[in-house]
Amino acid sequence: MSEPMEPQGEPQPPASEEKPDGGAVWRDITGVGSRIRSALLVPALALVSALLIGGFIIAVSDTDLLKLWGEDPGAAFSDTLALVGRSYKALFDGSLGSANAVSETLFAATPLILAGLAVAVGFQAGLFNIGGEGQMLAGGMVGLYIGFTLSVPTVLHIPLALIGAVIGGGIWGGISGLLKARTGAHEVITTIMLNFIALFFVDYLLKSSIFQQPGRADPISKSIETTAQLPRILGSSYRVTLGFLIALAAAGFVYWLLYKSSIGFEFRAVGYNPDAAKYAGMNVVWLYVGVMAVAGALAGIGGANQIMGLPPYQGSSGFSGQIGFDAIALALLGRSHPVGVVWAGLLFGALTAGGRQLQGAELIPIDLVVVIQALIIVFIAAPALVRAMYRIKGEGEAAEQLTRGWAS
Amino acid sequence: MTAVTVPAGAVKVRLTAEEKRARILGGVYFALALFVLWAFALGVDSNLDATFKLSLPRDRVKDVEWAVNTRLVGYIVAAILAFLGGVQLTRGFAKRGNLVLGIGLLLFVLSFLAWAAAGTSFSLVGMLTSTVLLSVPVTLGGLTGVMCERVAVINIGIEGQLLSAAFVGTIVGSAFGQWTGLIAATLTGALLGAVLAVLAIKYQVDQIIAGVFINIFALGLTSFLATRVLGPNPDLNSPDRFTVIEIPLLKDIPVLGNLFFKHNLFVYATFLLVVALQVGLYYTRWGLRSRSVGEHPKAADTVGINVFRTRYLNVILGGMIAGFGGAFLTLGSTGRFEENMTAGVGFIGLAAMIFGRWNPSGVLGAALVFGFARSLQQKLGILGTPIPSEFLAMAPYIVTIIVVAGLVGRARPPAADGQPYVKQ
Repeated sequence: MSEPMEPQGEPQPPASEEKPDGGAVWRDITGVGSRIRSALLVPALALVSALLIGGFIIAVSDTDLLKLWGEDPGAAFSDTLALVGRSYKALFDGSLGSANAVSETLFAATPLILAGLAVAVGFQAGLFNIGGEGQMLAGGMVGLYIGFTLSVPTVLHIPLALIGAVIGGGIWGGISGLLKARTGAHEVITTIMLNFIALFFVDYLLKSSIFQQPGRADPISKSIETTAQLPRILGSSYRVTLGFLIALAAAGFVYWLLYKSSIGFEFRAVGYNPDAAKYAGMNVVWLYVGVMAVAGALAGIGGANQIMGLPPYQGSSGFSGQIGFDAIALALLGRSHPVGVVWAGLLFGALTAGGRQLQGAELIPIDLVVVIQALIIVFIAAPALVRAMYRIKGEGEAAEQLTRGWAS
Repeated sequence: MTAVTVPAGAVKVRLTAEEKRARILGGVYFALALFVLWAFALGVDSNLDATFKLSLPRDRVKDVEWAVNTRLVGYIVAAILAFLGGVQLTRGFAKRGNLVLGIGLLLFVLSFLAWAAAGTSFSLVGMLTSTVLLSVPVTLGGLTGVMCERVAVINIGIEGQLLSAAFVGTIVGSAFGQWTGLIAATLTGALLGAVLAVLAIKYQVDQIIAGVFINIFALGLTSFLATRVLGPNPDLNSPDRFTVIEIPLLKDIPVLGNLFFKHNLFVYATFLLVVALQVGLYYTRWGLRSRSVGEHPKAADTVGINVFRTRYLNVILGGMIAGFGGAFLTLGSTGRFEENMTAGVGFIGLAAMIFGRWNPSGVLGAALVFGFARSLQQKLGILGTPIPSEFLAMAPYIVTIIVVAGLVGRARPPAADGQPYVKQ
């Protein structure tokens, strides 16, 4: 694989596009610059803090333990420590504790990376894409349709289904871009509404005669052909599939697109200052459509992965399952950089895999992982908060303003 | 800034955009007229009647009904819509455009109902009453948005504030009674309002991200606790609900009595709140200060208004309104908490705020439209129309997109909306 797997500092801009007086702008567009160390410090502290608060929530939500505090505080204290300790151990065992756990982590990371890239591309262009859910559903449905209608060899079937997913997700994402560019409708609201619309539309399609599994009354689709199933790459006993490599390749593609291509330059320029981009002769309307279409396409592949990459290889109601929302925290944690998104995706994959173990072993609902993700978002978005909590002297950097208000 | 060169060009563009919009609107009227003629008039038997029930079984004046011939209604509505289209294309409606559009759409819906209920009866008053009920959380969400955005703080986290308050309301309400539950829910909203305020004002976090944090955190935590705490203790999820308080005399007015005077505390309070905020925003010192902080914080600061304090106050009060709305969801409506029970109501409230042009009364009007769309969806499911239920369920969300996309006219947000203020 050719994609970079570790942060390598800042990519140099293509020389042909550099303007003599553009140095300061460049540093700002290309992001972190020399702040690599501080850039890693805050995410690490954010993660640790979020996990600690998660442990606290586990402890105080145990009603039996709460009663014990009143009767025997000493026993309650040791029980609480034991419970939290067991929980962290389950989280670790389920994510990294064995070969199968690592496979589960990579398996869970696959759609997260793809959806995270979809959000990251949006952030790079100043757009807040909350529509990962709907885009995953749209892409997944097209992939599903190609998956069970065609009968061609695997080498053709998988690429065709993925191309279908790219088109389906791309169109669904592009709608939000078009609405924003032509009418000013804020992408946060349109993407969320399109999520709901996609959810109901998928329910309708899954119950239609085209998609529905014969003999079923509930929204369950036919199974895709075995030729469209993503093969497992570490042997049949481990669930990680070709989808993981596709996700890494997608990250490599996004890296190239954003930092090595002129379209990506325009994406970032419109995110940095849409007025300046317009003044420089860029077509802002089509840039917004393009950004959202690329984002939708990435999420669409993620949606197809949820059908082609795991048994029973069928579409069911809401098969995107929250991943499009998890992707927001993930993109923030990865600082909207493709390499960062891959690392963050692996981390969240580990949290998800560990969370399943936690649910199984300690009966602690997996929703806890969502809480931890929310806390990561806020700690990353407010570096001053983390610095204040740990009394770190920062260079007084202001919080990033990644999105725009209603007006622009 | 380059403000000098902008106005001339902007005015010209806006004029042509207005003209374009008027033309599109005229076309829409004609298309609707043709559709009504084809589907709701010619598409049904000429002798079918639709019966609209205008009273509920337990009313003092019973069995008020209105039977109309479906095809006749279709003809009349199609003719009116075509007339409106003609006027729109030639003369235009100037300032009354939105009002006329509203009336036109109402007539269209009437004809649609006459078609859906052809040959049977339909409880019109039942649908309108549930419209009022369904608009309550949307109104409260929209008012929260108005409170925050009038002082230039964008609150995307209304959804999370509603959901958390609904959750706290049910637990505290089950344990200590409904009034305590209501207070606890309102305080929960205030707390989350304070979180938003601190993040947005003190730490200057991107306001949309701060709001998304509140939403995800609330969804995760309430789902987690619902499974872990409410699951094993169902008695913590069965609060006493607030009972209906019928207003004497007024409740016996036909139709209106059912619509407005047979509700619980939440509905009356919502209407009062709309009036109070409308007056407060435009006729009190607090309102003037809030609006100036939202439009031009630096100028407000210069004349001695405490920008930060005004923002904190309004965002926290807004959170309390959302908390009250969350309490309605459990203590005033269903009586139990379910995971993600808000299902987008907070976002629809935001859309109502934009549709209502950042005015409390406009929010109420927009919320009634959304409530109507959802109520229609529920009642049509009972009538059994050929339209798939999934498409009916999409309707409120599609309406939201259309509204936000500005097909009903652009609105201008407070000038400083979303920008953190740094004192110099």
